[in-house]
Amino acid sequence: MTQAYQDTQQAGATIDVRYVANLARLNLTDAEVATFQAQLSQIVAYVNEIRALDVEGVEPTAHAAPVRNVFRDDVVVPGLEREQAIANAPEHSADLFKVPTIVE
Amino acid sequence: MSELHTLGVHEVLERLNRRECSSEDIVRDVLAAIGRIDGTIDGYLSVAAEDALAQARAADEARRQGAGGRLLGVPIAVKDVLNVRGQPCGCASRILQGYVSPYDATAVARLRAEGAVFLGRTNMDEFAMGSSTENSAFKVTRNPWNRNCVPGGSSGGSAAVVAADEAIAALGSDTGGSVRQPASFCGCVGLKPSYGRISRYGLTAFASSLDQIGPMTKSVRDAALLLQVMAGHDPHDSSCLPDPVPDYAAALVPDLKGMRLGLPREYFVGGSDPEVERAIRAAVEVCRGLGAEIVDVALPHTPYVIATYYVIATAEASANLARFDGVRYGTRAAGAEDPIDLYKRTREQGFGPEVKRRIILGTYVLSSGYHDAYYLRAQKVRTLIRRDFEQAFQSCDAIVAPVAPTPAYPIGEKGGDPLQMYLGDIFTVPVNLAGICGMSVPCGFTTRQMPVGLQILGPALGEGSILRVGHAYEQAGGWSHRRPPL
Repeated sequence: MTQAYQDTQQAGATIDVRYVANLARLNLTDAEVATFQAQLSQIVAYVNEIRALDVEGVEPTAHAAPVRNVFRDDVVVPGLEREQAIANAPEHSADLFKVPTIVE
Repeated sequence: MSELHTLGVHEVLERLNRRECSSEDIVRDVLAAIGRIDGTIDGYLSVAAEDALAQARAADEARRQGAGGRLLGVPIAVKDVLNVRGQPCGCASRILQGYVSPYDATAVARLRAEGAVFLGRTNMDEFAMGSSTENSAFKVTRNPWNRNCVPGGSSGGSAAVVAADEAIAALGSDTGGSVRQPASFCGCVGLKPSYGRISRYGLTAFASSLDQIGPMTKSVRDAALLLQVMAGHDPHDSSCLPDPVPDYAAALVPDLKGMRLGLPREYFVGGSDPEVERAIRAAVEVCRGLGAEIVDVALPHTPYVIATYYVIATAEASANLARFDGVRYGTRAAGAEDPIDLYKRTREQGFGPEVKRRIILGTYVLSSGYHDAYYLRAQKVRTLIRRDFEQAFQSCDAIVAPVAPTPAYPIGEKGGDPLQMYLGDIFTVPVNLAGICGMSVPCGFTTRQMPVGLQILGPALGEGSILRVGHAYEQAGGWSHRRPPL
């Protein structure tokens, strides 16, 4: 465990934090970019260990429970009332969520 | 000052059933304990005193009228990640400040239907991301055994308030050890059921293929009862298993005759604190004395579990946390010019550093050109890890292991080094990856009087087996009754 940890500190790994943060719709300050760049490079280098393992012919596990295609009867049941659903919105107009202008 | 707050679920129920006290008495006593103690522990984010007293009075009235309810009048604390109608659910994050739950999580609704009283919200790592509760946006919870140490995480608030007798029992959630590890660090019982055993409806999602709700209690018997009430199929969660729920209380027998307990050789290779290893080996001997046969088992993919977990968990988290965008709930950043700008500013201001780190890592491993190398590959390694356990359970009924390589460490010790923090999850994350069940039961103390937990693992839907081992051990030589000097 300790050896693997030390190895990651030396390995070079590539992650462009600013680019990925934009994909994730996340603004970062320059200081955050610098910190995360160093920390995430180290974490990505550590995670690279799984790339050395032979997984030829192994099926991926998406989740561990053996349930597939779970259906319910197609009947209307009560859900949240519109007022309740909108009550936590930071801004709303009548019974709609309000957002900045999307289309002029 | 009475001692009602020091009781567990079953003891409270006995007093209530014998009419020796009311639920209101219990809730008042717990509230008084919170008032005395929580200023130095900071386990609660908020306490719903009036709401809890009203629920308690309703439970007392129901009891007078002859109503049943397996938890009628028992106050329970809830991790800030689970929806309780009318109470805040902020995931210890700024981005959800002001949010009030419009509905009950299914687990909460089932406890409520049996008469449980909801006391308040316990502190946690923001969005359950962390192993020390230091990632809360609001406060640092302290370990009741040593207030300079972390309580573990992410359900550190729930573990601390149970250990400090500021609650009768609590709920946590466990994505990679977040119920078991704080239970180990604080000296209480923490159960992570098999994936799909308890509905995740109303549990704010971190990593949907790994998350489970779990009870945190003062005894194994209490954990069995809370599991009994919460488990079972729920049409609101399609991953919730339809299998019937067995009678867990029936599994609580005082010996381990005929049981085979596996010791994974990869978990005893010198990577743990020697005091932790000594406590685990002593507990194994107690189990042997109770009639268990101890067998050697192998979990050969152990070196890959942390990497696999942090790829899968962050990938799922990056998708799940996309919903926090300042539109439907929570806070919204000012001054945005268009919706994309609104999302970016809101998320910048609303999320703390660990959440941002994991969103970026998760987005990276899912991004074009990296998906197959990281996410798909991790899912394949997950299959190998799952097979390790399937193989191991061919030759044993339950596995016994440490919960964490160390006892609770000083606040601030690992804060600056996320990877070092992740490595402490080595014995807990494979359980979530494999979808099996696990429980932490107190098994001793270090020379510095910090608790150590014994981890007991069972196959999927093998909760009866691990409850049996935990209960027999607890009765024979366990440490669940020990309380911190407060």
